[in-house]
Amino acid sequence: MSLLEVKNISMHFGGLAAVSNASFDIKKGEILALIGPNGAGKTTLFNVINGFYNPTKGEVLYKGKRISGLKPHKICERGLARTFQIVKPLQRMSVLDNVIASAFLRANNKNDATAIAEETLRFTGLYEDRDVISKGLPLGKRKRLEIARALATQPDMLLLDESCAGLNPSELNQSIDIIKKIRDRGITILIIEHHMKVIMSISDRIVVLSYGEKIAEGTPAEISNNQLVIEAYLGEAHSA
Amino acid sequence: MNKYSPFLLLGLLALLPFVGLSSYMMHILILFLMWSVIGIAWNLLSGYCGQVSFGHAAFFGIGAYTAGIFYAKVGISAWWGMPLSIIASTIAALVIGYICLRLRGPFFALATLAMGMILKVIAENLTDFTGGDIGIMLQQRTWVDKTGYYYIILAIAAISFFVVKKIVESKLGYYFVAIREDQDAAESLGINTTLYKTIALCISAVITGIAGAFYMNYMGYIDPKVVFALHDISIITIMVVMVGGVATYWGPVVGSLIMVMLAELIRSIPKLGEAHHTFFGVLLILIIIFMPNGIVGDFRKFAKFFGVRRAQR
Repeated sequence: MSLLEVKNISMHFGGLAAVSNASFDIKKGEILALIGPNGAGKTTLFNVINGFYNPTKGEVLYKGKRISGLKPHKICERGLARTFQIVKPLQRMSVLDNVIASAFLRANNKNDATAIAEETLRFTGLYEDRDVISKGLPLGKRKRLEIARALATQPDMLLLDESCAGLNPSELNQSIDIIKKIRDRGITILIIEHHMKVIMSISDRIVVLSYGEKIAEGTPAEISNNQLVIEAYLGEAHSA
Repeated sequence: MNKYSPFLLLGLLALLPFVGLSSYMMHILILFLMWSVIGIAWNLLSGYCGQVSFGHAAFFGIGAYTAGIFYAKVGISAWWGMPLSIIASTIAALVIGYICLRLRGPFFALATLAMGMILKVIAENLTDFTGGDIGIMLQQRTWVDKTGYYYIILAIAAISFFVVKKIVESKLGYYFVAIREDQDAAESLGINTTLYKTIALCISAVITGIAGAFYMNYMGYIDPKVVFALHDISIITIMVVMVGGVATYWGPVVGSLIMVMLAELIRSIPKLGEAHHTFFGVLLILIIIFMPNGIVGDFRKFAKFFGVRRAQR
């Protein structure tokens, strides 16, 4: 059964259709990558799924129940957490406090929340930095803090918005490992990514958006040979 | 500041009246404690939760008028104003919160500023109810001596201090700070930002309202220009916390001590009149430039400036 179903979602801002009639679904336990050229509407779609936007048309079902129209915190309570492309750490809090704040969603007291937070920080390799004020964290670690914070809400599904963008090669490998480890915990992942190395090595399936429309869907091998996708990225070939 | 210093200070303050201070000194101490209470309340909403209010006079005035109106119209002791102001302030906070909390940052600040002004105009014009500009006067204050008032406001200050400290260290505190740092991130982490902002506003309003009800009992006279004053209440509230240190436990207490003493000092300068506001303005500018975290927050800078050497902890 599908964990998340995106059904005919359209999101219009005035006259601009950022997403039009996009549909796909994600099965439990898989990693689905959402790719597309800049401005294709990937983050807009995330914001619709996550509840920041109410879609103009269509609906999003999570665990068989409609979630579009709910507030973001309600959607997070139901087990769907997200990270932000432009990282939003709670700047003047320490790394540990950042994660404690989100761990409180499932914890009843501070000890439980701290325990969850410390476990999450070890899992994401940030435990050594737990006392650093997050404003002073380098970008690579901030990206991982985003993941840690989302994980601390103990979700069943994670939306990762370009969690690997701007990382150096060693950080990149570390992040890929973490994403795989998250999947091994049974958490379903929807990821937006530009980095082809990441996409090809982790995703089970790929959905391609271009100008707000879904132009292709399939396994990494299928997508890399798809003519429409190549055109969207590289432009149309001149006819002979 | 170790774990016991709040209790130590409390004990010290409790013993202070036995030294035999003059009535004037007791008045200063009472004002210091009252401003600490208001500062602590504002600090919770604006310091920790990040919702900067320019209209805390609204809640102070509502507390004062709750005590005053029940005294004048119902004929019960003005001390009933303290428990009753809890209800009145909560209702006011819910209404004001419903209107203002959907706004963010400076827009929230401006909306609260307007709320304070609106309540002042209402209090001035509902003459049948509030007595308008004539105000409300107690026929007789409970005590001539100030010691009783001193212990009451000391108790209120101590309770507010510990309640707010407890809140800040709990789940609520984490949620408040998360909202202050990034409301969108907080929302996506499962925090119901509207609910928690409303909670912060209500707690802050209740504490401020109790201080207002105390003011009615202590001063024995209120009118709209005094209790709903923009610069003498709302702005001074912000100053108290800014000077002392925003989002610190001791900030409001330290700030209140300095502001009350400064206000008395400036008032003693002859022929100054309304110009004494200038001093506060200049002080605020200096604080923002040189000590944005206040005396408590930037204690090291402060100590260095005055050449105080502090032993390493």
